[in-house]
Amino acid sequence: MKPVYPSILLLLCTLTVSTLHAQALSINIVYIEQQRVRPPVLSNLVVHPDDEGSQGALQGVADNNTTGKFLKHEYILQSRIVAPEDNLKEAAQSALEGPQLVVTNMPAEALNQLVDLPEAQDDLFFNAGSTDTEFRDDNCRSNILHTLPSRAMLTDALMQFFNKRKWDSLFLLEGNREVDTRFADSIRRSANKYRISIDHEKLWVENSDLRRNAAEEIPLYTQARKYDVVVVADEDDDFGQYVLYNTWLPRPVAGTAGLEPVAWDRVVEQWGAAQLQSRFQDQAMRSMTSIDYAAWAAVRTIGEAVTRIQTVDPAAIRDYVFSDAFSLSGFKGVKLTYRRWNGQLRQPIPLVHPQSVVALAPLAGFLHHRTELDTLGLDQPESKCTDMN
Amino acid sequence: MKSWYTCTLLSALASTAMLGAQNARAHWVYVSNEKDDTISVIDTETNEVIKTIEVGERPRGVTLSKDFKYLFICASDSDTVQMMDLATDKIIHDLPSGEDPEQFALHPDNKHLYIANEDDAVATVVDIESRTVVAQIDVGVEPEGMAVSHNGQWAIVTSETTNMAHWIDTSTNKLVENTLVDQRPRDAEFTRDDKELWVSSEIGGTVSVIDVESKQIKQVINFEIQGMSADRIQPVGMELTANGKHAFIALGPSNHVAVVDRATFEPIEYILVGRRVWHTALTPEQDKLYTTNGVSGDVTVVDVKSLKAEKTIKVGRFPWGAAILPKDKIPN
Repeated sequence: MKPVYPSILLLLCTLTVSTLHAQALSINIVYIEQQRVRPPVLSNLVVHPDDEGSQGALQGVADNNTTGKFLKHEYILQSRIVAPEDNLKEAAQSALEGPQLVVTNMPAEALNQLVDLPEAQDDLFFNAGSTDTEFRDDNCRSNILHTLPSRAMLTDALMQFFNKRKWDSLFLLEGNREVDTRFADSIRRSANKYRISIDHEKLWVENSDLRRNAAEEIPLYTQARKYDVVVVADEDDDFGQYVLYNTWLPRPVAGTAGLEPVAWDRVVEQWGAAQLQSRFQDQAMRSMTSIDYAAWAAVRTIGEAVTRIQTVDPAAIRDYVFSDAFSLSGFKGVKLTYRRWNGQLRQPIPLVHPQSVVALAPLAGFLHHRTELDTLGLDQPESKCTDMN
Repeated sequence: MKSWYTCTLLSALASTAMLGAQNARAHWVYVSNEKDDTISVIDTETNEVIKTIEVGERPRGVTLSKDFKYLFICASDSDTVQMMDLATDKIIHDLPSGEDPEQFALHPDNKHLYIANEDDAVATVVDIESRTVVAQIDVGVEPEGMAVSHNGQWAIVTSETTNMAHWIDTSTNKLVENTLVDQRPRDAEFTRDDKELWVSSEIGGTVSVIDVESKQIKQVINFEIQGMSADRIQPVGMELTANGKHAFIALGPSNHVAVVDRATFEPIEYILVGRRVWHTALTPEQDKLYTTNGVSGDVTVVDVKSLKAEKTIKVGRFPWGAAILPKDKIPN
């Protein structure tokens, strides 16, 4: 997608008009989800809500419509939920016809297939389902914005906390699924960035039922003379939760279990978040997850752009979102904006345990010339994404 | 034995008289402590907390009745606005406020209270004499700030997620206009002449000055504190001086209060106060400004003439709102 200069001009003209000369608009937002096959895990307690993501999008549409009624703007969510066994391209194709605003919840590989479709060329996509860092790096696309934080942002947040606490020696316990490798690689990258050393690394190869013998297995598995914290890379929550309190040395656990970096969690309540949490709880009858939050932020980004520039044109919305005029209030204490070099939504990362927020990254003291939020994830010189302009 | 009694009685009388004398010199500042469910009362002469009053859950906005007999308290988690009799410090009524009231404004008629219901996207109008709901008006997502113009014509609600100042005509209680402002509008204040409406935007980091006649933004004020990341400069509570010279803007987690020159709309000073400064209140003489500092749990006294912080007073947990009772209105 090429930048559309006339739309910038249009935008500048409209921006000077601060009160509302409302022009009735109907805004169609497409939500496409490819449902995932979850691998079997040990615990019966690990459940993923079936409507994760779509409830976030619905909340965003409800919020947009409350604003929209003052402007005669009506937001409509068109959902395509594709079962794991069904063909995503076929199911999605017709919804992508014409210029569309599309929120997606699917793995990066699936989304890359979609954006390459001829029908998708005039569309603007929001990735609310994939944390893959390479998707914001050499594998980026000019018409995809990312509202879910990348793994690099998550692991950088964790390392800032370790750095601050002077926990500079890690024991990395890596699961044997592909997503675990990606998470572990991200830990390695972030540890290097924040000068934390990974002194011990082990691949998780046990296949016994840990609910019965975690107390015997984990201490032996984490035997070493010195480490400050055990980092678990286990994105499907297969074994990570059994590591807590069972490590050889009495040390905290972090990563995908214990202290977790997230986009959102039910324990986030500062900065007005309590209001979003209670709205969401009333609507979905459950708490809001990171993916719900990312879908909500995508829909709210569209709402914010349409409110200000009064158009549904994806190219104009993209230009506006990348302009200095755009900011989104996302209940994390600072304004959220998009990185021009890779389309990533800048955002603070809460570090949480099941009962509270322990810290909010970026932590005080990690400085950046542009915004401290850019200490998290791929900064402009680091990102190999060259496709955005 | 008898003389002992007399003696005690005399000293009691003497101390009452002294207290009376002190009252005559000092105003009282009522500060709501959001996480303690209390109100701290500060004497402006000694700048010490003289009493702490238990109120409903999560008290935030506080305002005095026009006759200074009552204090209204938004007890957000009790879903009520409480009416406290200042003579007895007792809650005499729980007003039907709608859910999760956060801020409110009293109409100059001293009869109608305009309340923002944050969780419900409505504003509730309550008649405080009959204690009934007169109207509920649909507004944007997360209504927060409330203001009523001095002439009583307009009630303003700001909605945090919709990013608008909504104009309610108080004669009909209908929403008639909306002005789009920057992200997460919080406080709204009219100038004394009702020609300007000031709206602070917490996440946008700006204050919009709106022309009341046209309802258009005539000026946007930006803030910059040396060595402070722009992200931390988050305008919230505002206080406009009666003489039209200054505006005091609490800047939240930047821990500063900005002083804006009203003639040029330029910030002229940033005063360091406590952590996460929410709201401010001016004394009747307009010589001192009291700021509530949420995170540090204290109140800072700022001298308006020198624009310097003078003293910090420890109050309860998470002080939020402040209202000042003039000394001649303090009940005996």
